[in-house]
Amino acid sequence: MASLPVSTTINSDDVEYLCHADESLLDVLRDRLGLMGAKEGCGTGDCGACSVIMDGRVVCSCLVLGAEAEGRNIETIEGMADGNTLHPLQQKFIEHAALQCGICTPGFLMAAKALLDTNPDPSEEEIRFWLAGNLCRCTGYDKIVRAVADAAIVMREERA
Amino acid sequence: MRYERPATIEDVTALLASGGEKSFVLAGGTDLLVRMKNDAFEADLIVDIKAIEGMSDVTRTADGFEIGAAVPCAALGENAELSRVWPGVVEAANLIGSTQIQGRCTISGNLCNASPAADSVPAMVAAGALARIAGPDGRRTVPVQDIPQGPGKTSLRKGEFIEAIVLPDPGPRSGDAYLRFIPRTEMDIAVVGVGVQLTLAEDGSIASARVALGAVGPKVIEATEAAETIIGTRLDQPALDALAAVCSEVSTPIADKRGTVDFRKQVVGVLAARAAKIAYQRAGED
Ligand SMILES: Cc1cc2nc3c(=O)[nH]c(=O)nc-3n(C[C@H](O)[C@H](O)[C@H](O)COP(=O)(O)OP(=O)(O)OC[C@H]3O[C@@H](n4cnc5c(N)ncnc54)[C@H](O)[C@@H]3O)c2cc1C
Ligand code: FES
Ligand code: FES
Repeated sequence: MASLPVSTTINSDDVEYLCHADESLLDVLRDRLGLMGAKEGCGTGDCGACSVIMDGRVVCSCLVLGAEAEGRNIETIEGMADGNTLHPLQQKFIEHAALQCGICTPGFLMAAKALLDTNPDPSEEEIRFWLAGNLCRCTGYDKIVRAVADAAIVMREERA
Repeated sequence: MRYERPATIEDVTALLASGGEKSFVLAGGTDLLVRMKNDAFEADLIVDIKAIEGMSDVTRTADGFEIGAAVPCAALGENAELSRVWPGVVEAANLIGSTQIQGRCTISGNLCNASPAADSVPAMVAAGALARIAGPDGRRTVPVQDIPQGPGKTSLRKGEFIEAIVLPDPGPRSGDAYLRFIPRTEMDIAVVGVGVQLTLAEDGSIASARVALGAVGPKVIEATEAAETIIGTRLDQPALDALAAVCSEVSTPIADKRGTVDFRKQVVGVLAARAAKIAYQRAGED
């Protein structure tokens, strides 16, 4: 199968790669670019472990073709911290023990970031609905929801 | 497999017309890419329509809205004007999948995937929506219910694709609603779905109505006889009972792990009455 050249932006860096037509963006990130943060839980859009932000919208990278990234702006978990300074969401996930095995965590963080980028003060219900496409087999969700709500407070204070 | 991302509608139809049997339009990919994984089937050609100018726009026209075939459902909910005029269609579109799916899925893809349980389809049928089709021989426009022909089958001919869904203005004193039954609160496939659209006369009685039923037949059912039971009424209890009874009667569901035939027939009536009440209230406030 012929390879397609793709030019895109990932975490503010211009990136170019070759991929097969049927290769998912998730596979490109992990296998070609060494960005292993996004995880494959299901490969069919059900678990959210592969979540990345594309042009401002959180999507399942397992249901995006690598070729579709051409000209788009992709954000992954690798771009979330600012150097050694963790993003408030990352900090709050640690403080609230909102992770155990951690497989779901990059996906939850990207989805939560997309939420707080557009809605700085979500209700608990809004957080739960927004994150319904992210599955976690370990934490029971309450800690995750509290971590997101707490991070929202920090981010609002930072902005003020 | 070949991946193409043409810049014009003419290029899409030319590619689809010359492509092999397994040539597919790629909109949000939330059905197509899942299928490519699950069925382990290899497509010959995938034509991504998202680079075409205007395809990702919701346009207000003189007599309604045009929703480009690449508009993700999340963008419908973010459109205040569309949400005000067609709240039922927008709610149905926003029920599809999770936040992640919403960022990608389209109502044209929901329609062309031709699942009997597609959520936005009964709402579009109730709204009197039209599908604008582009093909190698030019354009044609058909009611959306003419597109699905049965599970996974559409009436689109070789080389054709839907470029936009057209929602007409419903006129004053109108309202619509969509309700579905699922065992969970989100992220599930409809066991039954019902869309209702109503327009009231000045005296508050129902002047016109459309009722569409999903997941209770091989394709969406436009229940004209059901709609007739409430026309001329103010949606009093006898009218609601008659509506529910006819919806149950015209449904032809299958039994599966999600529900028996009797269960689906009962639920379709209950949901139709509830959706009609919401549409009636919205029409009264319009
Ligand atoms: C986790 C998950 C949850 C889901 N939940 C729901 C749900 O709650 N309710 C529901 O109804 N569906 C659900 N779906 C199914 C799917 O998301 C919807 O059917 C969606 O609307 C499909 O749109 P799409 O743009 O992603 O379609 P695509 O996958 O891009 O296309 C679907 C099919 O239609 C064809 N097609 C697409 N656009 C056009 C066009 N413009 N012209 C001609 N042919 C076209 C494609 O070739 C393909 O055969 C879910 C899917 C997933 C993965
Ligand atoms: S791996 Fe993409 S949603 Fe599960
Ligand atoms: S921490 Fe293990 S799946 Fe969420």
